[in-house]
Amino acid sequence: MSSDAIAIPSAGTEARTWVEVVHEWVTTVDHKRLGILYMVYALIFLVIGGIEATIIRIQLMRPHNDFVSPQVFNRMFTMHGTTMIFFVVIPVVFGFANYLVPLMIGARDMAFPRLNAFSFWLTAFGGFLLYFSFLGGNGLYGAGNAPDVGWWAYAPLTSRAFSPGHSSDYWTIALLVSGFGSIGTAVNIIATVLSMRCPGMTLGRMPLFAWLNMFMAGLVILAISPLTAAQVMLCVDRYLGGHFFDTQAGGSATLWMHFFWIFGHPEVYVLVIPAFAFASEIIPVFSRKPIFGYPVMVGATACIVFLSLSVWAHHMFTIGMNSYANSFFAITTFAVGVPTGIKIFNWLGTMWGGKIQFKVPMLFCIGFLFQFLIAGLTGIMQGAAPFDWQLTGSYFVVAHFHYVIVGGILFALFGAFYYWYPKIAGRMLNETLGILHFCLFLIGFHLTFDVMHFPGILGMPRRIYTYEPRPGWGILNLIITIGAFIQGLAILVFVTNLIYSYFKGRKAGNDPWDAWTLEWSVSSPPPAYNFASIPVVESRRPLWDLKHPEDPDSRYE
Amino acid sequence: MSAVTSPIAERSLDWKLPYKGKVGMASLIIAESAIFTIFVVAYLFYLGKSITGPTPREVLETPIFFSICLLSSSLTIHLASKELENGHRKTFLILWSITIALGALFLFGTAMEWHRLIYEHGLTISTNLFGTTYYSLVGLHATHVTLGLVMLSIVLLFGLADRVGTDQSARIATLSMYWHFVDAVWVVVFTVVYLIGR
Repeated sequence: MSSDAIAIPSAGTEARTWVEVVHEWVTTVDHKRLGILYMVYALIFLVIGGIEATIIRIQLMRPHNDFVSPQVFNRMFTMHGTTMIFFVVIPVVFGFANYLVPLMIGARDMAFPRLNAFSFWLTAFGGFLLYFSFLGGNGLYGAGNAPDVGWWAYAPLTSRAFSPGHSSDYWTIALLVSGFGSIGTAVNIIATVLSMRCPGMTLGRMPLFAWLNMFMAGLVILAISPLTAAQVMLCVDRYLGGHFFDTQAGGSATLWMHFFWIFGHPEVYVLVIPAFAFASEIIPVFSRKPIFGYPVMVGATACIVFLSLSVWAHHMFTIGMNSYANSFFAITTFAVGVPTGIKIFNWLGTMWGGKIQFKVPMLFCIGFLFQFLIAGLTGIMQGAAPFDWQLTGSYFVVAHFHYVIVGGILFALFGAFYYWYPKIAGRMLNETLGILHFCLFLIGFHLTFDVMHFPGILGMPRRIYTYEPRPGWGILNLIITIGAFIQGLAILVFVTNLIYSYFKGRKAGNDPWDAWTLEWSVSSPPPAYNFASIPVVESRRPLWDLKHPEDPDSRYE
Repeated sequence: MSAVTSPIAERSLDWKLPYKGKVGMASLIIAESAIFTIFVVAYLFYLGKSITGPTPREVLETPIFFSICLLSSSLTIHLASKELENGHRKTFLILWSITIALGALFLFGTAMEWHRLIYEHGLTISTNLFGTTYYSLVGLHATHVTLGLVMLSIVLLFGLADRVGTDQSARIATLSMYWHFVDAVWVVVFTVVYLIGR
C-alpha cells in the first residue's frame, strides 16, 4: 500500500473509553463515519418498521381478527409507511452515497463535511421526534398516541377537528426536520460530484454510481422542497388557524393531495435511482464486462428525473379531474416506462455474453432486475386511468408499490450491502448465510407480494382493519402473512450475518471482487483521509487500466 | 494490491472544477425556488376564493418605494463584491452597509404594511384564505430577507474587524448569490400579490 509510507497518526491505536468512542462518533464530520451512521440508523428503523408490518399482517391474517384495536391498526400502517420511506430508505441511500461517492470520484471528503454531519443529525432527530409521539402524542400526561392519518395524511384528516392532540404535529414536524436534512445532504452530494472530482475524472468518466446519485440528489431538491412547503402550510393551519386545507373556509383538500404527490411520486424515483446505481456497479463487476451503454444510461436517468416530475396526478385519477388531465398524466406515466426499459436492456446487455459469477450481490441484483420489471408492468397497468378507477385504493396498489420498494429497491440494497460490506467493515459477509438470506427472502417476498395482487383484484380495499370472510380472502391473506414471517426470518439471518461477519468474517483485502472503481484501490476499511495521494484517472475503469497496463480502457474511450 | 494510487498520480493535469460554494448555493436556490413555487401556486389557486372579506383589492397598497429599496440592494451587493475582488476593502464595507440598510428598510416596509393590515383592516392569518396565503407567502419571503440580513451583518462585523479580504471574495460572491435570489423572488411575489392579485 502506498499509503503505508506516510506516517499519519491513527486514532485507533491506543485504548479509549466508550465515552470517547461515542464522543468521536457524535462529533464526526468524516463522510465514511456519517455514511455508517446513516446505514445503522436505517437498519434499526428497518427492524422497527418491519415489526409494524408484522403487526398489520397478523391482524389481517384471518377475517374478523382482533389482534389489535382499530386505532392501533391505523397507527401501525401510518407509522410503517412513514418510517420505511423517510427513516429507512432515504437514510440508507444517503448512507451509501455519503460513503461511496467521495471514494469513487477520488476525493478526501464531501464538499461540506460539517453540513453533512448537520444533515445527518437533522434526519436522526426527525426519526426520534416521530417515535416520541408514542409517548408525547397527547401531551406528556397519560397515554400518548402515534399519528394515524396514513402516510400521505390527506386533508381534512389532519385538521384539528379530526386529529386532536399532537400526534399529527409530531408527524409534520418530523418530516419537516428530516426534510431539511435531506435537502442539506442533496446539496452536498451535488456539490461533491461537480466540484470534488480527482484530476482526469471528467463527467464522462465518472462511475455511474456518482452520476445516478447526483440525479437522485437533484430530484431530492425538487421533490422534498414541495413537501417541506406543504408541511409548513399544514403547521400554519394547525397552529395559526390558517385555512389552506380547511374546506369550510374555502380551502381545498385536493390541493394537499396535489402538493403531497408532487413530492410523493418523484420520491419513488429518489429511492429507486440509487437502486439503479447499485445495479450499475454490481452487475458489470460480476459479469466481468464494462457496463453496456454508459451514455445512454446517464441520458435515460436524466429522462426519468424529468418525466417523474410530471406524473404525480396518476395517484389521483379518482378525484375527478377532466379528461385532458387524466390523459396527460396517463401518457406521461406510460412514457416513464421507456427510459426505465432502456435501463433494463442495458443491464441485460451487460450480462449478455459475460462470464457471470453468481455471488450473493449478483443474485440480489438479478432478483432486482426481474422483480423491478414486473413492478414496472403493474405500474403501467395502473397508469391507465380507467383501470386505476377500478383498482385504486385496493390491495393491488399495495402489492404494486411493495413490489417496487421491496422487490426492486430492497433487493438492490441487499446486493449493495453484500458488495460493499467488505470495503466498509474489512471483512467479507458470510456466503452461506448470504445465500440462505437470499433464498428465504425471495420465497417470502413472492409469497407475500405476488399473492397480494389477488385480494386487490377481488376488491379488498387497503387500510381496512378487518374484513368479511368472502370466498378466497381468508386463505390469500393467510398466505400473505406467512410470507411476511418468512421475510422477517430472512432479515434476521441478514442481521446475524452483519454482526457475525464483523467479528468472524474472512479478511477482505483491498479488492475482493476484482473490481474497477477507485474505492477498491484503498485499504478496507479506508483510512480517514481516503487517498494518500490524489489519484489521476484516464478512463471509466481506473483499476482495470492499472491491472492491465497492456490493454487500458483509455485506449478505447 | 500494491501501490495503486501513487503511480498514476505523478503526472499533473490542467484540472479546474467549479467552486463548491457556488454549486452548493445554486442547488440551495433551486430547492428554495421549489418551496416558493408551491406557495405562489397556493396563492394563485386561492385568489378570490375567500368566503369573507377583506379582499386584496380593498386593503393592499403597492409598496413601490420599499420594492425599489430591495431591488437596488442587489446592485449595491454586486458592486460590493466586485470591489472586494479588486481589493478595495473600504468601498466594499460602505457598499455592504448600504445593502444591509436597504434590506432593513424593506423589512421595515413590510412591518408597516402588516401593522396597517392588522390594526386598520383586521386582516390576520386566520381571517380568511387571502390572509392565510398572503401572510404565508410574504412572510416566507420576509423570513428569507431576515436570514439574509443576519448573514450580511455577520460579514459586516468580520469586515469591521478587518477579517474580510480578497481571499474571501469567492465566499462573498456566494452570499451575494443568495441575496440576488431573495430579490428575484420579490419580483415574483410582487407580481403575483400586487399586480395579478389585485
